Amino acid sequence: MIQAFLLQSGYNATLVTLGAMALGLATGAVGAFLFLRKRSLVPDAMAHATLPGVGLAFLVMVAFGGEGRFLPGLLLGAGVSSLLGLWVLQGLVRGTRLPEDAAIGIVLSTFYGAGIVLLTYIQGLGAGRQAGLEGFLLGSTAGMLREDVYLIAGGGVLVLAALFCLRRVLVMVAFDPGYARVLGVRPAWVDAALMALVLAVVLLGIRVVGAILVVALLITPAVAARMWTDRVGVMVLISAGIGGAAGFGGAAMSAAVPGLPTGAVIVALVFAGFVISAIFAPKRGLLGYLRRAA
Amino acid sequence: MGQDFVVLSLVPILIGVLAAVSCALPGNFLLLRRQAMMGDMMAHSVLPGLIMGFLLTGQVSGWVMFAGAGVAALISALMVEAVVRLARVDPGAAMGMTFTTMFASGVLLLELTGASGVHLDVEHALYGNLESLIWLDAQGWASLIDPVALAGLPPELAQLAVVAILLALLMWVFWRPLVMASFDAGHAAVLGLPVGAISLGVVASTALASVAAFTAVGSILTIAMLICPPATARLLTNRLGVQVVLSVVIAAICAVVGYGVAGFGPQWLGLPGAVSAAGMIAVTSGVLLGLAAAFGPHRKAG
Repeated sequence: MIQAFLLQSGYNATLVTLGAMALGLATGAVGAFLFLRKRSLVPDAMAHATLPGVGLAFLVMVAFGGEGRFLPGLLLGAGVSSLLGLWVLQGLVRGTRLPEDAAIGIVLSTFYGAGIVLLTYIQGLGAGRQAGLEGFLLGSTAGMLREDVYLIAGGGVLVLAALFCLRRVLVMVAFDPGYARVLGVRPAWVDAALMALVLAVVLLGIRVVGAILVVALLITPAVAARMWTDRVGVMVLISAGIGGAAGFGGAAMSAAVPGLPTGAVIVALVFAGFVISAIFAPKRGLLGYLRRAA
Repeated sequence: MGQDFVVLSLVPILIGVLAAVSCALPGNFLLLRRQAMMGDMMAHSVLPGLIMGFLLTGQVSGWVMFAGAGVAALISALMVEAVVRLARVDPGAAMGMTFTTMFASGVLLLELTGASGVHLDVEHALYGNLESLIWLDAQGWASLIDPVALAGLPPELAQLAVVAILLALLMWVFWRPLVMASFDAGHAAVLGLPVGAISLGVVASTALASVAAFTAVGSILTIAMLICPPATARLLTNRLGVQVVLSVVIAAICAVVGYGVAGFGPQWLGLPGAVSAAGMIAVTSGVLLGLAAAFGPHRKAG
């Protein structure tokens, strides 16, 4: 266990741990901006909506005689079906009188159902090659290829770089869309850019954390970071830190203890980060609250 | 048909219909009160409670498991309240945080205690075991009046029937205050209605439906049935009473059609095997909603 934390349990395990950390950093940072826009549950629908794409991409790749578990191919399918889910979501919100939360639930459950149908169908084929697809539900770092880790870590770094470039407009649109418009910034475009980054981290995250739980990495670190500070820049850094630490710890622990599901451990660790913040944060935490009350 | 149908399909279809109806009933009020994600939250949050119940009794069904799930639903509702108050975040973020944590702790419990693989596994929790709820004691249609065979029915059937009837009765008795408090909480409060208690009642009903449905049919179907049939009905009518009745009918149609397509669909297409019934029922509900969103007479606001 300690070896895993000190990155001494083999090259592959180290690589996976660092990859998960990069993923956590990126999701934490993106999540902080998403939190400011109060759209925390949209990625839940997007993440569940990746599942049918994963199943279809697998079937297509197998039909063409390829290796069904080729991660870039699966992620391409996941991205397309997630975008389709987002499009349906927007269509329901704009075209009908259903409120956004109902539309989120509809997209989430229907696409998730379609994904389960495809996954059970693939299992029924019994080729044995489907092993690993269940990892997209709850996340697993077992059996990840070296190229997969490079993809996830590299993608995380790209997302962080994009966030760094967009940070000013993102903050401006979150707090004062009117003022942003005066300055010639189009809020709709900035929102689209943010959703593109959310999609990117969701796609990078589903292999490690799973489609059902990846939304935790977008929400919980941001909520925890909110306990500590009122300043956006600081909040983004804290949120990224909590996400990165949880990604690191979760991957290290699941590498050390066989059978421990990576996604669930990471989610439990980000929640631990929230609990610590809720107790110890000076202004909003429980202790600070008690001290002021006393 | 005949005997095979009674043994293999009758009970799963009935359980599917009852689960769908139990969820659709409170779902109407969640939709009206803009709390649709409450269903998503409850359906994920009950997992650790179910597993604790299983670890205590060693049985995959039964009232202890049911109670455990209820406790988990209660804890998650309290946690959302606490996070909203303490961190002053919007309820969406608080719910997202709560249900992922609860679900993850359920998965961890399952893997760490070795319960996994023996009787329960994660897939079971996600997409239920509708197909496996068969009625082994049945000999044919005549078994429906045979007390010995009826005693061998899966307990989920009785649980869901009790829950569905209870929810329907509660809704019928408290219809007026429920409607008033949900449409205009301020006005209802002025009239002296206990708005807080009514709100709590809606959450408790949702939790009850989720717990009952989750044990039988898994998380996916629970979420879909809490949201999709009421939303579909909402696009078809302006009257709440009609909407509730329609949502129940739609939920039942989804369950029957989805189950049938899951069992026979692959064969019709000339493909091997069968697919998850719970997943297919959810897809059916989505298709019906899509039709209503495209052609429903009241799809637009106003």
